[in-house]
Amino acid sequence: MDLLLIFLGAALVNNFVLSYFLGICPFIGVSGRFSSALSMGLATTFVMVMSATVTWLVQAYLLTPLGLGYLQTVAFILIVASLVQFVEMVIKKVSPPLHRALGIFLPLITTNCAILGLALFIQLREQTFLQGLVFALGAGAGFTLAICLMAGIREELELADVPASLRGPGITLMVAATMALAFMGFAGMI
Amino acid sequence: MKARVSASQEVLKGLWDQNPVMRQLLGLCPALAVTVSAVNGLAMGAAVIFVLLCSNLLISLIRNWIPSQVRIAAYIVVIATFVTVVDLTMKAALPALSQSLGAFIPLIVVNCMILGRAEAFASKNGPWRSILDAVGMGIGFTIPLTAMGGIRELLGSGKLFGLTLLPGWEPWVVMILPAGGFLTLAVLLGGVNLVTQARAATSRQRLVEESRVQARITVQGSAAAGGEA
Repeated sequence: MDLLLIFLGAALVNNFVLSYFLGICPFIGVSGRFSSALSMGLATTFVMVMSATVTWLVQAYLLTPLGLGYLQTVAFILIVASLVQFVEMVIKKVSPPLHRALGIFLPLITTNCAILGLALFIQLREQTFLQGLVFALGAGAGFTLAICLMAGIREELELADVPASLRGPGITLMVAATMALAFMGFAGMI
Repeated sequence: MKARVSASQEVLKGLWDQNPVMRQLLGLCPALAVTVSAVNGLAMGAAVIFVLLCSNLLISLIRNWIPSQVRIAAYIVVIATFVTVVDLTMKAALPALSQSLGAFIPLIVVNCMILGRAEAFASKNGPWRSILDAVGMGIGFTIPLTAMGGIRELLGSGKLFGLTLLPGWEPWVVMILPAGGFLTLAVLLGGVNLVTQARAATSRQRLVEESRVQARITVQGSAAAGGEA
């Protein structure tokens, strides 16, 4: 029950994109087409779960026992960066079709603040390993949901007559504001 | 080799023409997340200015020793080091502010604007120009953040920098909520685009008029020349 609440909380109530503003760059940059948005969402979820696992283990068995807490930021970003590189190599070797589908999005994920933010949140909230894993899954699902919804809306928006000064990012942010309001409706769930 | 630009231009380009938030859309996550009040926006801006200044300076000093294959990783380590300095200093000196900015200080590491300046500017220019660039870009980042924080704080609570400016104001709670952040940035972006487009239109108009005058002079000139002949 506790784990279910963590999952729903991360995916819907405190959606990473719409209420913590993490991962705005891909949310605005890669939400033009539904298919690429879905690929980006899945790739991000994958890296999120992987990096949450590794950073939790490193923090618990390396940084804390050795009293190296001040190296947290440096260690985490290096883990994320090398993990993304590693995941890319593995996928390329194991499943070339998946690599072709995700290809260009994987390197971009390194600078997605949702990944590092998730790792830091898990430490800030002092979650256990299992809780952290579920939190990562929920955050990934929430990110995928938000970016896919946005892509669906933007595909329709292409036919709309938007004022010249708001075209592109302007109207996307307006839509995001409306979506953030709508997602507040989930607040009563928990 | 590109044309040499003057020192003041190096600073000023960050304020409008290449403003990181409004024109390049870099560093939007902190811009949206921390700007619930003007103080937060200003503090975030100050932290970013410090990190950007230090990382730009250091990277421009060591740029010739970094092998280009590992340069991104090297930049990230440099940036992460200075971010840790800011994070720990803030926790010690300003615990309340550090609490309200939360995880967003360590997240400066992945602020794409800082990595962007390291890659696009500091790795190709000397230390002096890199400092100028960092000052311009840092201030260009702070101004929109403080403005957004000010707008959201004023409409959301009737206060500015904690002082009550609008007594009896019915607070627009939505401005403090995440939706208000998206909305404020969208309206500001629209405003900046409006100004840019209007400027582009007038300069185009001027160009057309100038070429028309030029054409008339040429025509008259050739007519006069023809008459003489």
